[in-house]
Amino acid sequence: MSKKSFKPVNMQGPVCPVPHRHTDTVVIGHGSGGAMTRDLIRNIFQSHLGNAYLEQGNDAARIALQSASGELAVSTDSHVVFPIFYPGGDIGRLAVCGTVNDVAMLGAEPAFLTAGFILEEGLPMENLTRVIESMAAACEESGVQIVAGDTKVVEKGKADGVFINTAGFGLIPPGRDLGGQLAQPGDAVLISGTLGDHGIAVLQARGDLGFESGIQSDVAPLNKMIAALLEAVPDVHVLRDPTRGGLATTLKEIACQSQISIHLEEEAIPVKPAVRTACDMLGFDPLYLANEGKLIVVLPENKAEIALEVLHKSPYGAMATRIGLVAEADPEQVLLKTPYGTTRILDMLSGEILPRIC
Amino acid sequence: MANQIPDFLSGYRNAKLVKTVLAEMHQTVTQPWTLMEICGGQTHAIMQYGLDQLLPDEIELVHGPGCPVCVTSLELIDQALMIAKQPDVIFTSFGDMLRVPGSSEDLFSIRAAGGQVRVVYAPIDAVKIAAQNPDKQVVFFAIGFETTAPANAMAVIQAEKLGLTNFSILPANVLVPPAIEAILSSPQNRIQGFLAAGHVSAIMGYWEYPPLAEKYQTPMAVTGFEPLDLVNGILATVRMLEEGRVAVENAYSRVVTYEGNKIAQQMLAKVFKPVDRNWRGIGTIPLSGYGLQEAYQRFDATQRFDTSGIQTEESEICIAGQVLRGIMKPSQCPAFGTLCTPQTPLGAPMVSSEGACAAYYRYGRKSS
Repeated sequence: MSKKSFKPVNMQGPVCPVPHRHTDTVVIGHGSGGAMTRDLIRNIFQSHLGNAYLEQGNDAARIALQSASGELAVSTDSHVVFPIFYPGGDIGRLAVCGTVNDVAMLGAEPAFLTAGFILEEGLPMENLTRVIESMAAACEESGVQIVAGDTKVVEKGKADGVFINTAGFGLIPPGRDLGGQLAQPGDAVLISGTLGDHGIAVLQARGDLGFESGIQSDVAPLNKMIAALLEAVPDVHVLRDPTRGGLATTLKEIACQSQISIHLEEEAIPVKPAVRTACDMLGFDPLYLANEGKLIVVLPENKAEIALEVLHKSPYGAMATRIGLVAEADPEQVLLKTPYGTTRILDMLSGEILPRIC
Repeated sequence: MANQIPDFLSGYRNAKLVKTVLAEMHQTVTQPWTLMEICGGQTHAIMQYGLDQLLPDEIELVHGPGCPVCVTSLELIDQALMIAKQPDVIFTSFGDMLRVPGSSEDLFSIRAAGGQVRVVYAPIDAVKIAAQNPDKQVVFFAIGFETTAPANAMAVIQAEKLGLTNFSILPANVLVPPAIEAILSSPQNRIQGFLAAGHVSAIMGYWEYPPLAEKYQTPMAVTGFEPLDLVNGILATVRMLEEGRVAVENAYSRVVTYEGNKIAQQMLAKVFKPVDRNWRGIGTIPLSGYGLQEAYQRFDATQRFDTSGIQTEESEICIAGQVLRGIMKPSQCPAFGTLCTPQTPLGAPMVSSEGACAAYYRYGRKSS
């Protein structure tokens, strides 16, 4: 080495290697509970989901009750859908809508959610931000607030991107009584729209179809449509959302809970042609595919028309239609009348059709 | 073209047309006839649409062995399980196969124990997995009738083209004509007419059937899978029986030709050769399966992995064999719907989307 090329070491600058700041992916440190967790919460969660309850910054949210009357509806749901983004939705919108809808099915008005995140090391921060933005939009649309949250990070390979648990709370107005056990012989059965869209959309996003269907997931918050429905028809007996297991499984549950039978007209059940074609090719039955933005309504027969009118006014109920009726004979059975005049029994979904659809 | 595709299916679901054909059938039939629909896809469609409820009382439909998952022998399933358990193996299969019980476990339990078992929708996807995982051995469980055989052959040809040394198949394809002959030549046979499998015939044509129909004096109609296709096939067969005529008619002419798909047949002949195969519940049928030709032996998983020492053990209760031969109906099994359900299957016909027991369970009937 020649003297010429010698450069004295500058001892005034930092001599320790500067740690990388990890702003573009999730790393284990984001779940440490320390400064990195604080930054993650501040920069991503608070900035999109922030509200007065979250800003309290304590171990639990403190919520003043508006009234002491009525009852509380509580629901919780974990979301592990793969992939996390799919046509028409993503895990964030699903995590909000799924729980909002579950609370709304009791006739409650969903107001508050909690959100627990399990993040996989290496998740691009951009993807997390997209998920949180989507949650914020769904909260805005449904008029709920996320009042408490938690974040954990697990090692690469120990989870798959992001899992989200949400719990939801809503007040049931006094005198309101809805439930799967309340279907009555003579009731009409309505569905708010086409079946199987979510299941096929997720399958499509996985690249499992091998063809393009153009089908979008129906994931949507139904609470506003339900509020309008219950205002017009307070004596609805049952509201349920046919998620996993599809329409057939959900109706079977109602038939068992209420000790009645449900008779469906196959021709009346709305299924998009593209969904039907995909089902034909893959051997699925659209009556067993998951929906995330559909509503089953069981109500007195003479209220069916007015209920349909109300549902048709919502963007999520434009295709609402009547699909069957409730009877006393053959309790616990769901019977499907085919266009050929034959009848078959619909049972619960058995086993796995598609894993991780929600 | 796009708006013609739904008609191709929905046009054949037209209830009015189906009822017209049924009315003609009621007028045609004068005495009892026993027909077999060979294909499990047909069994499912018949049950799904409830067509059996609309047939004249004189016509009895017996369900055939045309469910590839159901007839795959226990030895082959145990071999598959043994291979799937090996470290550094990615075992790929159609989804139906995962729950089919082997002697003591199934592919699901191997996956749960950490084995790499992946569901594919097309054999070519298994080749892609092999190309992406050069440090793993990727094995595809090549089940199916002549319908899926070309796709299986294509996977082997593609793997050869890509120069893959880590891809192999477990050859398990079975063939329809030898099975029909096994049923017709059995002393217990009571089948008087056949609905031949439409999609198998789309590949193979139906030139193989006239000699069989002649030899066993049994009329056959190549039949599709939609309600109108099915009642047309049944009517064609019943007409031949009533007229005392033995022939092979094509009631699925929008899909099937006499010669079939020549290119597919040539590819099959290039990759596969007929070998004796053991059918679950039926026994060994000569030259009823596809093994790999000499030139493709290196893609045979049984040559790559040691699967000797397998001791098979069938469930003592399951009557799958009698169901597959058309001797018993699923509902006549004492375990049906009680011990044996899709969640707790004792035999493959309760698992497969083409299995007769699963069809009875899934499209159950009002008992009254």
